[in-house]
Amino acid sequence: MSGSVTVHLTVNGVEHELEVEPRRLLVHALRDDLGLTGTHVGCDTSNCGACTVHLNGDAVKSCTILAVQAEGSAVTTIEGLGGEGNLHPLQEAFWNDHGLQCGYCTPGMIMASAALLAENAHPSEAEVRHALDGNLCRCTGYHNIVKAVLSAAEAGAGAPVAS
Amino acid sequence: MSATAEPHVGRPLRRKEDPRLITGRARYVDDISLPGTLWAAFVRSPEAHASIVSIDTSAATARPGIHAVLTGEDMADLAGPLPMAWAPPGVEVNNPPHWPLARGSVKHVGDPVAVVLGEDRYAVVDAAEDVIVAYEPLPVAIDPEQAIAGAPYVHPELGTNQVHSWTLAGGDLEAGFAAADVTIQRRVINHRIAGAPIEPRGVLADYRAGALTLHTSTQVPHFVRLFVALLLGLSEEKVRVIAPEVGGGFGAKLQVYGEEIVACWASRALGRPVKWIETRSENMSVTHQGRDQIATVRMGATRDGQITAYHVKILADLGAYNMLLTPLIPSLGAFVMGGCYKIGAVTTEITGVFTNKCPTDAIRGAGRPEATHMIEVMMDQMARELGIDRLDLRRRNFIPKEDFPAAVATGVIYDSGDYVASLDKLLEHVDVDAFRAEQAQLREQGIYRGIGFSTYTEICGLAPSRITGPAGVGVGAGLWESAMVRVHNTGAVTVYTGTSPHGQGLETAFAQIVADRLGVDPSVVEVIHGDTGTGPEGRGTYGSRSLANGGEAVAKATDKVVAKAAKIVAAELEAAPEDIEVSGGKFSVKGSPEKGMTLAEVAGIAYIGAVPEGMEPGLEETTFNDPENFVFPFGAHACIVDVDTATGKVNVVRYVAVDDCGNPVNPLLIAGQVHGGIAYGIGQALYEHVVYDDDGQLVTGSFVNYALPTAAELPNFELDHTITPSPSNSMGVKGVGEAGTIAATPAVTNAVIDALAPLGVDYINMPLTPMRVWRTIQEAQAR
Amino acid sequence: MITAEFDYQRVSSVADAVAALQAGGEDAKLLAGGHSLVPLMKLRLAAPSRLIDISGVPGLAGIERDGAQWRIGALTPHARLAASDVGLLNRVAATIADPQVRNRGTIGGSLAHGDPASDLPAAVLALDGSVVAHGPDGERTIAASAFFSDYMETALAPDEMLCEVRVPAMDGYGFGYEKFHRRAEDWAVVAVAAAVKVLDGACVDVRVALTNMASTPLRAGAVEAALRGQPATAEAVAAAAQRAAEGTDPPADLDADADYKCHLARVLCERALVAALAPA
Repeated sequence: MSGSVTVHLTVNGVEHELEVEPRRLLVHALRDDLGLTGTHVGCDTSNCGACTVHLNGDAVKSCTILAVQAEGSAVTTIEGLGGEGNLHPLQEAFWNDHGLQCGYCTPGMIMASAALLAENAHPSEAEVRHALDGNLCRCTGYHNIVKAVLSAAEAGAGAPVAS
Repeated sequence: MSATAEPHVGRPLRRKEDPRLITGRARYVDDISLPGTLWAAFVRSPEAHASIVSIDTSAATARPGIHAVLTGEDMADLAGPLPMAWAPPGVEVNNPPHWPLARGSVKHVGDPVAVVLGEDRYAVVDAAEDVIVAYEPLPVAIDPEQAIAGAPYVHPELGTNQVHSWTLAGGDLEAGFAAADVTIQRRVINHRIAGAPIEPRGVLADYRAGALTLHTSTQVPHFVRLFVALLLGLSEEKVRVIAPEVGGGFGAKLQVYGEEIVACWASRALGRPVKWIETRSENMSVTHQGRDQIATVRMGATRDGQITAYHVKILADLGAYNMLLTPLIPSLGAFVMGGCYKIGAVTTEITGVFTNKCPTDAIRGAGRPEATHMIEVMMDQMARELGIDRLDLRRRNFIPKEDFPAAVATGVIYDSGDYVASLDKLLEHVDVDAFRAEQAQLREQGIYRGIGFSTYTEICGLAPSRITGPAGVGVGAGLWESAMVRVHNTGAVTVYTGTSPHGQGLETAFAQIVADRLGVDPSVVEVIHGDTGTGPEGRGTYGSRSLANGGEAVAKATDKVVAKAAKIVAAELEAAPEDIEVSGGKFSVKGSPEKGMTLAEVAGIAYIGAVPEGMEPGLEETTFNDPENFVFPFGAHACIVDVDTATGKVNVVRYVAVDDCGNPVNPLLIAGQVHGGIAYGIGQALYEHVVYDDDGQLVTGSFVNYALPTAAELPNFELDHTITPSPSNSMGVKGVGEAGTIAATPAVTNAVIDALAPLGVDYINMPLTPMRVWRTIQEAQAR
Repeated sequence: MITAEFDYQRVSSVADAVAALQAGGEDAKLLAGGHSLVPLMKLRLAAPSRLIDISGVPGLAGIERDGAQWRIGALTPHARLAASDVGLLNRVAATIADPQVRNRGTIGGSLAHGDPASDLPAAVLALDGSVVAHGPDGERTIAASAFFSDYMETALAPDEMLCEVRVPAMDGYGFGYEKFHRRAEDWAVVAVAAAVKVLDGACVDVRVALTNMASTPLRAGAVEAALRGQPATAEAVAAAAQRAAEGTDPPADLDADADYKCHLARVLCERALVAALAPA
């Protein structure tokens, strides 16, 4: 059964061709096949959101998507959002506002926040909280995460994210 | 030595840790790959209690890419079972063997029976499904009150389910109750919760050429090294344990786990690196859980509100085995059972009981949240009984400021405190009279709003060895902490700490401490942690200990460096060492700041070797810090809730916390710890509950139904603080990692009771789930 | 967690999908967004031997008004439905799980999955909607009332594909959806969908359906009958809502036993009706 399937992905602007088992999860293709380990896995049930990436611009949970389902898609991961020297305003805001502690949920939290701001450049606090209800954090109590998203919005982070 | 003009300590410096974390460049265990790695998948018991009749590994072994399937029998050469490191003097603790892979029987759902090792991450999961285990189910002990009464037994060879019985008594309890005009009794439940760090556990073991390197997601790499070495018969120096980036712990990673031992054993046996990454489903069933105490609590008081006696009898459901500190955990609460009150007689009696569930052990707060919940809920209950305002009752019983350091009935000495000040500060933010008016108005509209308070103190900064160690409380290890400070040629600094932070921000806080003392910027101070292959022996991060003990060690080691530097500078500037101070980034002679040397210049001399005669070259010092006492943070919290009385759903509307953790090193980090702690406590009070059914099946096996609160369920938190320095260390600091969690559950519970008081509800136990709240309202209405 | 192995096939037309279902036998499953199926497969509660990926079939993702009805393509994600003008379904879709799930989960998948705790089934049932299914013998339309046959079972034949959902436009109706869950991202413990049309102060049409009160979504017929023709008043609504649990058979679970669920149904029904009667 199964065999392997060829999948074409553009990840953070770079084209890739992968041979994967049909059951390979997108998150494992990103992490184990492409070495992009910034996207994390925290649960089995699509609850925690640590695996959030952008698929053709939409925030999705990459642990609940088969790599084959992403055929021909553009994927943006935390590594593609911004890095040392060119931090995305959300990354900067999470840093400034102490929006992270252990950091494990952080990439997913930032990617979910980026999708929110792309759609709603100036959300209210309640809108931020609701938009992040698919991302679990055990360290921060969310207080500083919400604060960071609001201050990033203030700083104009709501520009569309390149994918 | 005086500090620089503008000290870094006390400033809300943004974290040094964050650049790697916000860009996805950090390395957690699963992010680390070694060539030739074999993946491990565990075969786990679906039964709560059963004999293992047979294990057929043939089909699994025959699958392509599978290298081995191991069972408990295969690991017969282990030097011993998993450790339990608590041997309290004079107390007998039943401690049946707990093997990394089950031998003969399984005791709870998830108990590992076999492990499959193979080339591919996915294929080992398939192979594990092919391991055929025949079980003969045995009767289960699930309810702790039934389990303590008799059979069936979790460990039949013991003839009892009792683990131990331990009492801490101070003062004359009988006289205390005799002096009371009013005695109340409540059954107080602190239900079972999961630690649930978002990063599950993971291990990567690599044995080669006689030496073993283990990457593991742990809070205690040194303890893990010790027991890996002992169990595998390796000399300790041949084992290096590295805690890389660790995605939260909350006590759940303060453990020596069977999977760590199995991975190391298998790596040695197969000659390949072995990696295992825990799934969340595994995490919910086999990573140790916490709380789970049923207490009978009795409080006596005089009519005018003097608490005269307090008696707590705890039945602690410890699950199927003792793990590293399992039976000790309830005792940690006993030392602060009387809270921040001056009570002459306090007795805590603890009975531990085995059940066919996942073991419990330390989870954020570990014993102290339970104790605080009891006393703070009881204070409200007593206030109502006496007809005294609940804050007045607290004030009448607070240990007064002038009593500190205060010896309390439980035998410990509270280091410092000013409980009136923190409550007063809280009330600057919360206008109770205005709230009562608002509450009355809302009730007319059918909205049931309530306010609850919690004034707490706790015992943390786990150390000192003389109390916690073998001759004291009975922990089989000294709980000091170490630091090594190394100044490099260029004046850059590396600090090695024996603590093992996993989100607390100690790289930043420790850098601040060092930077001030050495006159350098925190950006040139690197803090290395969580690696037994570097730096001195250490004890890890838990029990809100890392700043008070590890930070103090860093401060002391740095001071030793400063003392040596001062001698070098004194020789260069022809002054006396005692006249050298660090000011404006330079070591200079007091009174003449224009002439001075930077740390880089001092280091240059130290390493070139042109040091004063008789002095060794180099600029590096080590300290082992073992304090005289614990630290006792305290504070006052208020929670305001709305209860939808039609559905029973509780919504936290407002949460205000005033905490005192002594002198602040980094206010940003303190606020973060308090925020997270409060959310943890609200989570326990309202949402989280590990549930087993009557057959011992785990009902809450995933994040679908083990309900961690999300951002949408929580409010912003309003924080303030008072500062009462601790005399237990030179920096005057106290731990703050657990404080929010410890304070929050009674504040929430008292608020719900306050909201529902007009409906006749006067008491309720956690978890305050909608169905429970609704039913409590129905019962009260029916009375 | 990892799914068991399966064969994977991508199709680009409805006819190919149907043919693939026929060839794939009983264990073949269609895969759209995968947000109902993949989680079950990861927990190994489902192990189809073949997945037929229909996400690339053109023309199945979209919402259009066709006279007095809405036609919603099966591949329309919840997020798009939430942002649409489709009465009731838009507000229901906005409550599903979280934003990431709403970006991937589809209405077709949600209905075909037949989970009584899902939000959209009861809503489509409340509106007397229907689904259009394609099979080897061509197209047929199945009324929602005949579609949900048992717990996670529907009237779809193993070789049929759900292609479209149709609901009446319900012009002039007011809507309410009251979902009780512990956390925003959770499944409904109980939920109630309501659509009411008021004429001259009277409730001339009342549609109420219940989520998670039985092995399938249910219409609350007793409530509808009690309120139909009654004045649109709080008293009439309260009285009618008292009958919300009639004819239900709610399964007990961790969060709620049957009694509590029945109570919730009554409370939520009243709230949903009040919302439906509120001025738009």
